[in-house]
Amino acid sequence: MKIAICVKQVPDSWAEKKMVNGRLDRESVDAVLNDLDEYAIEEALRIVEPLNEGKESPEHTITLISMGPERTTEAIRKGLSMGADGGVLVSDPALAGSDAVATAKVLSKVIQDGGFDLVFCGTESTDARMSVIPAMLAESLGWAQLTFAGSVKVHAGAKSVEIARMTESGVETMSAAFPCVVSVIEKINEPRYPSFKGIMAAKKKPIDTKALADIGVSSGEVGTTGAWSEVLEAQPRPPRDKGVKLEDSGDGGTKLADYLLEKRLV
Amino acid sequence: MANILFLVDHDGSKVAKTPGELATFAKRAGSAIGVILANNGAGDALAAQLSGTEIDRLIVVENDEISKHGIAAAVSALAQVVAKEKPEALLVASSARGKEIAGRLALRIAGGVITDATDFRSDLSTTQSVFGGSFTVNAKVKVGTPVITIRPSSIEAGVASAAASIEKFEVSIEAKDKTVTISNSQPPVKGGRPDLTEAKIVISGGRGTNGNFAEVEAMADLIGAAVGASRAATDAGWYPHTHQVGQTGKTVSPQLYIACGISGAIQHRAGMQTSKTIVAINKDPEAPIFDLADFGVVGDLFAVLPQAREALKAKRA
Ligand SMILES: Cc1cc2nc3c(=O)[nH]c(=O)nc-3n(C[C@H](O)[C@H](O)[C@H](O)COP(=O)(O)OP(=O)(O)OC[C@H]3O[C@@H](n4cnc5c(N)ncnc54)[C@H](O)[C@@H]3O)c2cc1C
Repeated sequence: MKIAICVKQVPDSWAEKKMVNGRLDRESVDAVLNDLDEYAIEEALRIVEPLNEGKESPEHTITLISMGPERTTEAIRKGLSMGADGGVLVSDPALAGSDAVATAKVLSKVIQDGGFDLVFCGTESTDARMSVIPAMLAESLGWAQLTFAGSVKVHAGAKSVEIARMTESGVETMSAAFPCVVSVIEKINEPRYPSFKGIMAAKKKPIDTKALADIGVSSGEVGTTGAWSEVLEAQPRPPRDKGVKLEDSGDGGTKLADYLLEKRLV
Repeated sequence: MANILFLVDHDGSKVAKTPGELATFAKRAGSAIGVILANNGAGDALAAQLSGTEIDRLIVVENDEISKHGIAAAVSALAQVVAKEKPEALLVASSARGKEIAGRLALRIAGGVITDATDFRSDLSTTQSVFGGSFTVNAKVKVGTPVITIRPSSIEAGVASAAASIEKFEVSIEAKDKTVTISNSQPPVKGGRPDLTEAKIVISGGRGTNGNFAEVEAMADLIGAAVGASRAATDAGWYPHTHQVGQTGKTVSPQLYIACGISGAIQHRAGMQTSKTIVAINKDPEAPIFDLADFGVVGDLFAVLPQAREALKAKRA
């Protein structure tokens, strides 16, 4: 079984973000592996580790796939230190400013070429927050879509997957035969911290960096020129007016009630 | 006149609050055509619930395969409606399902996609609030039919007296869109309280509740609020995940947001900082939530909330 995990390098979710010319200023903040992708990596590891137990060379592998600038190898390295086997990075100056459509196109090309059975993803990236890439991958690959999984059961022998999809619409049990795109929610597991051994091993694991030409995608299909939508203008939200802060000295609740009534909020 | 299609969100028997809102947005650019994807025999009852909205026409697709096979089947059905109607744009309410349908449909009909818009104008451009509400962006699709998801409660739904015309439309779902089988589905456990994303008032509890949401809920019921929670509270199992507000939970933008025992971490703020008025109750005067609060009480939520409740009751009586 070959599992691909789509990962993204994002600005640290703890950092305040800035925009320059309608795009996120990625230079001004620390870049990290998207927190939500760690859950996908952890889940895939929990699936393959028992199956590979005691085997000389692992029969079931995990490959991390990403698209982004050169330094994305740092985020991939983090995933490798958790235990994934290798990585593929598509990096090309022409990719700057790519929209979701272009991202799905590039990632699915790499997935197609790699002969994978399953793709795992986090539900969204903490920067763009569109939450559409897993579904769009399923669409462009023509694979079964099993997304927003709160639990995943992979039947390696029967080549099928069952998940519990957990969203605001409730819980749905759904299943499909390989190949599938699975996205996992952050309640599914507690991602491991890379061990020292894992970090050392990751240094020797392969990361295959490819340009657009290597995967047969033309530069006109991606980046700002290939985008199907465009930002017309971007503005920082005006700061909120300074509010009132009072110490509760026995009448905080009453004062709160007065405020709510006076402002006609309740 | 331009046709703007939109997907009517429902749970099988009850339509959501969003179709009226989407119709009002659609009217800005043309006629508002709602699409109902329903099980066989369920369409009329759903359509009937939409009277009084600004919908001009309703297209009712009844096919049991849609609810059985998930997102791909819904996309297949919608793509067939789009092929027939050739709309100028397609609107969907933002939700996990809505956004996934939009993303796939955009690829299928070769149109650009914009998610989580809070405004939609007659020139088909949108406004979004990005990076946790710290930026406002105007955007536009430039290739193909725009597929746009719109956050619930972004607009007050308009009312109209003329009833929408209703027509049935047959679709057939191809095998490639039936690879997923849904064997069981359980609706969300709903109390009597309003939905988080639809509520005018949201009151949330965090780690400061120490697992006791009774005071938060009692206040919610008094003022007709929805109940939210921080990730600390949902991770601890004190409140269901579906009530989480923030980066990996719901984004809410109510008239009034009351944060109780919540520190105001950046990931929590990402889900609530566009709220009109923010009230915070926190023991720690240094808690970052106070930077956002229009009105903050430094105190114990277990003292402040019951007192506020009594005061509200007394003043109302
Ligand atoms: C990728 C990622 C995504 C995340 N997504 C989310 C998200 O969607 N939503 C979210 O909320 N968080 C999210 N977080 C977590 C976030 O970073 C914080 O850990 C979380 O919001 C803290 O919750 P809290 O404010 O309830 O708890 P704490 O930060 O522990 O704050 C508790 C507060 O309660 C106060 N308090 C204690 N007792 C009382 C009392 N009796 N009365 C009044 N005040 C009291 C304390 O002074 C303190 O300020 C995410 C984190 C990451 C890394």
